[in-house]
Amino acid sequence: MLILTCPNCGIAAEETELSPGGEAHLHRHGPGSSDGEFEEYLFLKENPRGVHFERWRHSHGCGKWFHAARDTATLQVFGTYSAQTTEPPQHIRDAITAARPGWRWRDFS
Amino acid sequence: MKRYSVFAIAREGLRYHQGWERAWRSPAPQKRYDTIIIGAGGHGLATAYYLGKNHGIRNVAIIEKGWLGGGNTGRNTTIIRSNYLQDASAAIYEKARSLYETLSQDLNYNVMFSPRGVMMLAQTQHEVRGYKRTVQANLLQGVATEWIEPARVQELVPIISISGPRYPVLGAIWQPRAGTARHDAVAWGYARACSEMGMDIIQNCEVTGIDRDGDRVTGVQTTKGAIACDRMGIVVAGHSGLLAQMAGFRLPVESVALQALVSEPIKPCLDVVVMANTVHGYLSQSDKGEMVIGGGADGFNNYTQRGSFHHVEETVRALVETFPMISRLRMLRQWGGIVDMTGDRSAIISKTPVRGVYINCGWGTGGFKSIPGSGWAMAELMAKGEPGPLAAPFSLTRFREGQFIDESVAAGVAH
Ligand SMILES: Cc1cc2nc3c(=O)[nH]c(=O)nc-3n(C[C@H](O)[C@H](O)[C@H](O)COP(=O)(O)OP(=O)(O)OC[C@H]3O[C@@H](n4cnc5c(N)ncnc54)[C@H](O)[C@@H]3O)c2cc1C
Ligand SMILES: [Zn+2]
Repeated sequence: MLILTCPNCGIAAEETELSPGGEAHLHRHGPGSSDGEFEEYLFLKENPRGVHFERWRHSHGCGKWFHAARDTATLQVFGTYSAQTTEPPQHIRDAITAARPGWRWRDFS
Repeated sequence: MKRYSVFAIAREGLRYHQGWERAWRSPAPQKRYDTIIIGAGGHGLATAYYLGKNHGIRNVAIIEKGWLGGGNTGRNTTIIRSNYLQDASAAIYEKARSLYETLSQDLNYNVMFSPRGVMMLAQTQHEVRGYKRTVQANLLQGVATEWIEPARVQELVPIISISGPRYPVLGAIWQPRAGTARHDAVAWGYARACSEMGMDIIQNCEVTGIDRDGDRVTGVQTTKGAIACDRMGIVVAGHSGLLAQMAGFRLPVESVALQALVSEPIKPCLDVVVMANTVHGYLSQSDKGEMVIGGGADGFNNYTQRGSFHHVEETVRALVETFPMISRLRMLRQWGGIVDMTGDRSAIISKTPVRGVYINCGWGTGGFKSIPGSGWAMAELMAKGEPGPLAAPFSLTRFREGQFIDESVAAGVAH
């Protein structure tokens, strides 16, 4: 059972309390964007075997969105953080570096 | 290679079964092959088989990081049907289903195809309308399905409770020539036939890199050394994203865990396959008597080949409501596989940005049934360099062009 601590209300929520919301930190594209940019935004998802950043919603709790950093190969959780961010904060990156030196995810490292 | 036959069984029976040969060779890899297939699951092996059989391409190696058939091919619940909504899907799944009809004879290997009939229950008005529409579509596509009323459901499945409590059975879409097959045997049968054609199946050999010269593929790096090739098929299901990354392109695929479980064996009580998509559960009985149970996939990316426990609970809860007599069954085993999900829930059989590299993936939760048709179409694509009519709609470029083969609305669960 995956347990993520909701940074909004502080509760350690079980998976059944949460709804997965897919890849985090997407680059959204608006009018005037190319087909390629839309394809990337809608379909070309990051699918790493290892460090991954995701959106989650505490749907059966406070109802708020947040971000989580997780390892898809071990299910280790590196931390959760505010949804109001465009990139992982430094303390989350440090936690990942401690466990997975040299990690990369999209433009982040 | 000696053929399997009733005479062979009689002969071996008289000499303590000492004369059976190994079903396939285990060669060391050569330095180069014309064609390399990465992944010895059903789709990779079937691709190799039809490359040899239909196109005379036999200088082929199939490279597998574990043991052949040990991925999703050996982990699925073996449902075979072709009652899909979209024309492109119906065409390839029906091609596959019809090849399954004679696969045991073609391969001289008993894959135990059992066209016992698959029933998909309608338990909401929305499903009633959806499945009636699918029956009409199937009629036009030449796929034999029919809409049946609750009384007929009860007749075909005496152990079902059609009256609820949460979701009464309002009818079903019924495909009488759909059914099941032995999953391992499908992989083993294709492997034996490939080996007999002179192809090398190299197990315990992980591909760790893909070599290119400009935009053209030249070979692979593996845990057993470098192997050169002119042409390559990537057929690795849940690991497709990793192989695409090695080759230098991206895929519209996410990998998630899907689980199944089987009960202790009981006396025969269910001789069709029943799928209940609203409540996310499906059930059939294996020849050994075990009830084979599957449900929904996890909603988050995962490579661990184990799913979340609450899915088991939800699936079992739904099935106990629908089949009250199984409420005291004990479960024997539970397992998971990593399935490759695309945005429109349809597969990819396609050229890629790298010349000489072809990919077959995205079968997600429902690609056991398509193995023969997918192998057929992929072999044609790889042999000719251009897709035939079966593969053409499944191209990688459809996501950019918006030409989806949308099966996600047609069947939320698509095993
Ligand atoms: C629990 C469950 C139930 C299912 N139920 C059904 C069902 O009822 N009906 C149905 O039609 N479908 C079902 N499916 C889906 C079906 O199992 C798959 O779509 C199908 O088996 C995929 O076959 P494949 O050959 O593409 O992949 P796989 O059988 O997974 O084969 C891919 C192979 O590639 C190998 N590989 C990966 N990476 C590398 C590498 N780097 N180097 C070398 N080799 C590599 C793997 O080891 C693996 O053996 C189910 C799946 C699961 C998990
Ligand atoms: Zn919360």
